[in-house]
Formats: sequence, structure tokens, C-alpha cells
Amino acid sequence: MAKIIVVTSGKGGVGKTTSAAAIATGLALRGNKTVVIDFDVGLRNLDLIMGCERRVVYDLVNVIQGEAGLSQALIRDKRVDNLHILPASQTRDKEALTQEGVEKVLDTLSKDFDYILCDSPAGIEGGAQLAMYFADEAIVVTNPEISSVRDSDRILGLLASKTRRAERGEDPINEHLLITRYNPLRVDTGDMLNLEDIREILAINLIGLIPESEAVLRASNQGVPVTHDAVSDAGQAYADTVSRLIGEEVPLRFHEYQKKSLLSRMFGGGRR
Amino acid sequence: MKLLEFLKRERKKSAPVAKERLQIIVAHQRSQRGRPDYMPMLERELLEVIRRYVQVDDDAININLDSEDNCSVLELNVTLPKGSPG
Repeated sequence: MAKIIVVTSGKGGVGKTTSAAAIATGLALRGNKTVVIDFDVGLRNLDLIMGCERRVVYDLVNVIQGEAGLSQALIRDKRVDNLHILPASQTRDKEALTQEGVEKVLDTLSKDFDYILCDSPAGIEGGAQLAMYFADEAIVVTNPEISSVRDSDRILGLLASKTRRAERGEDPINEHLLITRYNPLRVDTGDMLNLEDIREILAINLIGLIPESEAVLRASNQGVPVTHDAVSDAGQAYADTVSRLIGEEVPLRFHEYQKKSLLSRMFGGGRR
Repeated sequence: MKLLEFLKRERKKSAPVAKERLQIIVAHQRSQRGRPDYMPMLERELLEVIRRYVQVDDDAININLDSEDNCSVLELNVTLPKGSPG
């Protein structure tokens, strides 16, 4: 039985897809059979971040509507064994996804995989609710910014009420906070919410903290999940996040501002 | 002197302001959680009915749904403006 994890946030542009791709890659690199599903029907992006956009033939909607088999739609990652991508459709509207259809797909995948990651669309409407409905765990991606934190709290409300676990009265979804685009310098100068504030307000456990990093854009430009950039701060922070997700205890990094030494300022150090 | 004051002036930090605003917003959002979907509509319609008789502000009405063991209590509080009969 696979563990189903939804990557969600409410607000758009906070790094859901980047995080879903990076965490899925990290899980697979650690030997777990992993599939990452794009639920953003109509505005798919995961295929770009994973670098497989030219290999998309069939998608989630095709599978649900019986136009293609699951094995035809799954894309095998070129870099990591054990990693598969199920892309979203670019053309159909969101109504094409049904709860029964999604359940069937997840049930089938559940037999073959260890982890199923659901990359949620932004918002709190149907698509986002469908992405979280069957989840066992949730990663709530939050920026240290007021509207993102508020939206994350809205999502926590939905996770506690509009999911299968909630409706059946089963154990609640295990909720994790993932803070992205964290800038320790701005936190130090008092112009960015610090991680303790965010954790206190949302009152869920912190699974990871990803610093604002040039490596993220560089990774998406190339279509290579940032986890592969193992020397970068963001790559390492995602690797730490994956370790915590599979139950290891890892100390928090990259949350304090490091003054650059004169030498590293003189001789580049531009690559972080 | 003006220049000196300008230079000495400490810029107000914005993160504590964000935190304070968020604490209020989130507390409000959580108080709405778990309420039946019809509550906002019920609140609006009740307000309309009351306004047929007394002019009250939007925030003059406060409804709460409390559940105990086997019964639910709908509590309705309306603050009437000063000087209205009552």
C-alpha cells in the first residue's frame, strides 16, 4: 500500500510544483518507488519542472475517461529509477476529473508504488479538494508572507473537514509545514516573518525549510528537479525534507544568515 | 537638526505587524471552521430581516452554533444601536 501525500498551499506561486518534483525525486533517490501526479488540469507544469514535457502522450484525464491505460500515461523518469510522472491534461477543463475516477487511479497505483505525491492546483476549489481528498499526509507549502500563511490556514481547515479521512472519521491527515523562499537576511532585519512565527500561527510541525535560492530557477530552467543539484542550498534543504518525511531526524539548516567572508566575496561564491 | 533626526530615526520593522495581523485573521478563520455551509447565508438573511425594523451595522449581528451531546443550540446576538426602543 502506497502512502498518498498531497502537496498543497491554497496560494499560487509559492513553490508547490517545485517542491512536489524535488521531494518525489528525493524519495526515489532513496530507493522508494514513487509516482508524482499533476492535478492542475488545464495548466500543467509538473512535466516542465521534471523535464519530460516532450514525452507526454497521455495524461490523467485520458486515463480517467478510459482513453488510455495507466501504463501508457505514466512517464518513466530519465534520471532516477523508481520515479514516474503522471501528467495533467493541458486542454480539458477541471470538470473532467471525477472523484471515482481519481480513486480508481490511486487504488491501482497504490499496489505498485511506495509513495504517491499529488501536486495540487492553487485555490481551494474542486481541483485542490480532489488532490487532497484521498491523502494520508499533506505537505503545506508556505512562503514567509502574510497572504500565503493565511491561505495555508484555510487549507488546513479543508484538510480537517473535506477529505476522506475526515468524512470517515479515521485518523486525521498528518500535516507538515514546508516553508519555502525563506530569506534569513530579511528575517534578521525584521522584514520577513520568521519560521517560529509561522509555525506558531499555523500550529503544525515543520518538515523543512527551503531558503530562497538561485538554484531553484536554474533547476526549473533546465527541467532538472533541484534535488539533483546536491551542492546547492535548496537541493540540500529538500534532501533534508525527504529524510524527515521518511522518519529520520535531521537538524535544521539554512535558517540563519551567514555573513560571507571577504575571500568568498572576492572569489565568486556566486554559486550557492 | 532635521537631518540628524532623519538619520537617527529607526525604521519600523514590518514582520511583527504581519504576525499580529495574521494572528487575528487566523483566529477568526478558525472560529468559522466546522460551521455548516449555510451559516454565512443564514447570517445575511437574518440581518436583512432585522433591518426591516431596526437599522443595525453589518457587525452588529453574531451567531454561534454550539453542539452538546445530542442537541445543538443556535445562539443569536444582535446589538441594537443606542436610543432604539427596548
